[in-house]
Amino acid sequence: MTSNRSAVLFALALLAPALIYILIIVAYPLVDTIILSFTNAALRPTYDWVGWANYQRIFTAGNFTEVILRTFVWTFFSVATKMIIGTLGATLLNAAIPGQTVFRILTMPPWIVPMAIGIFMWGWMYNGQFGMISGLLQNFGVISKPWPILAQGSSAFWATIVTDVWIGVPMVTIYMLAAMQSIPKDLYEAAWTDGASRGYRFRRITLPLLVPALLTMSLLSMIATFNSFDIIWILTQGGPSNTTTTMIIDTYKTAIGSRKYGEGAARAVVICIFVSIFCIVYFRAVRKLSQGEAK
Amino acid sequence: MSQLARTAAPALEATRTPAKPLARIKARSTKPMIDRYKWYEVVAMYCGMAVFLFFVLAPFIEGFLVSLKPLAQLFSTPYSFIPKNGSFDSYINMWTSVPALGMHIFNSFFISSVVTLIVIVIVVPAAYAFARFQFTGSALLLGGFLAVNMFSGAVLLIPLLRLMTSLRLLNTYWAMIVPGAAFLIPSSIWLLRTYMMRIPRELDEAAWVDGASRLYTLRRVILPLAMPGIVVVAIMTFIGAYAQQFIFALTFNSKTEFMPLPIGLFAFFGKQEVQWNELMAASFVGILPVMIVIIFLQRYLVAGLTAGAVKQ
Repeated sequence: MTSNRSAVLFALALLAPALIYILIIVAYPLVDTIILSFTNAALRPTYDWVGWANYQRIFTAGNFTEVILRTFVWTFFSVATKMIIGTLGATLLNAAIPGQTVFRILTMPPWIVPMAIGIFMWGWMYNGQFGMISGLLQNFGVISKPWPILAQGSSAFWATIVTDVWIGVPMVTIYMLAAMQSIPKDLYEAAWTDGASRGYRFRRITLPLLVPALLTMSLLSMIATFNSFDIIWILTQGGPSNTTTTMIIDTYKTAIGSRKYGEGAARAVVICIFVSIFCIVYFRAVRKLSQGEAK
Repeated sequence: MSQLARTAAPALEATRTPAKPLARIKARSTKPMIDRYKWYEVVAMYCGMAVFLFFVLAPFIEGFLVSLKPLAQLFSTPYSFIPKNGSFDSYINMWTSVPALGMHIFNSFFISSVVTLIVIVIVVPAAYAFARFQFTGSALLLGGFLAVNMFSGAVLLIPLLRLMTSLRLLNTYWAMIVPGAAFLIPSSIWLLRTYMMRIPRELDEAAWVDGASRLYTLRRVILPLAMPGIVVVAIMTFIGAYAQQFIFALTFNSKTEFMPLPIGLFAFFGKQEVQWNELMAASFVGILPVMIVIIFLQRYLVAGLTAGAVKQ
């Protein structure tokens, strides 16, 4: 092709709409969040620079460290469960048994329908007096009186995790299924002629070759779960007595609920820092993995 | 990989000779021997599948049964899973108890459609630029786009609220459409770029030699060939926009006539009690079109979810 310069100009012209859109709607708000986190901005039109005061306040006063810790526990259990159930589901969907197309379609609904609708359904299932879970457990005599799942701190915490797992599982399953199907068939055939059992083939061929996909999906799930808002907001709004308040819920309550924009921005910046750390760890792990392969 | 294959080769020769008669018998079945399961393995797999699908589908089953139950039965103990004298009354009554319901369902589709349109118009040229032109900083720029995925709308809510206020977009469709589209652009660029990179570069060059301008090449050579990829991206974007409309609609809009279905459903939360049966009925009517679409397009969905990530 001819002149390099005109090619670059053409490429930049093609990129311009996307670039401008993202700069205005994502990059500018991101910078604005960081700036606001150093101010005492609130509903009134003017505000002052307060330096590190917001950060000092959130880390010394209140329960912010507790919220951070809770968010990590919430994210860890949710992502780990999603990955395990999703990988098991993918293994089943990958088996050569009839009915797989139908099963694959039936896996997708939680991912496709509006999240809020799925969460409403869970909300009713968790109802202590009349819901399905408490009701069936009572019918079978497991518990003797109604179990208000979302009204008790500890059960509400796990209930929100279960719902998050439910929403995330289809995506993990379909992704891991595709990763399994991209493993060359002849590897299995070679191991099979060597007399390797199915379990051995899974441990020694499938799992090692799935590591990159597992890492990628874990990162994506972690980012999504760490930033998850809808589930907790619809089910508990962070209650009862803050037992399900994660960092996102905490930020939303501070910023939108109490209109403390400055302090809310500081809390949002802390979230961004944690997510960046996840990504750095991921890229380190991927680099290590590809170096190991090169040897 | 190749090492494993090499060591396996002699073993293959060794096992073949004694196993020959057996192999001939089994070869009659169409299934390769490696995919054969014992009967109890098949049973175990179907049981596992049943448990897995029950977890995935239980809320939908329960939701559907709730939509058939009269409210009096819902709020009664002991709990019964199967509706007694169930009826489709909720599917009729819901339109009168929440008059704006039809509007909410329309809004959900309208918002998702406009988001999809914006994303496609912006993403097609950008994906082509990333697929074909390497310039200083192009990799960094692509990384920058993908980094958007790290941030959710919830984190950037405060400045977005201020931005929407100053652009006077609060309480309009645009307050939900504009930020919604932004967070779907990056992964769509990635997906379509992957697809476009598979189109042979020689086609561009042939068009160039024939004297076609760059824009003409994009329009007349690349666009038609990339159409299947564009369809996948459009479906993924629509699903994404449709599934995730909550936080922007909750925060940036308070007008009933613009509310999408997920927010509109809160209207079933009455002062005394929640009309769960009608809420569930409304949910099913709202998601039915998408459910039908999935059955026909599930291949595209699988392709969309995996193409950008697994192969490259």
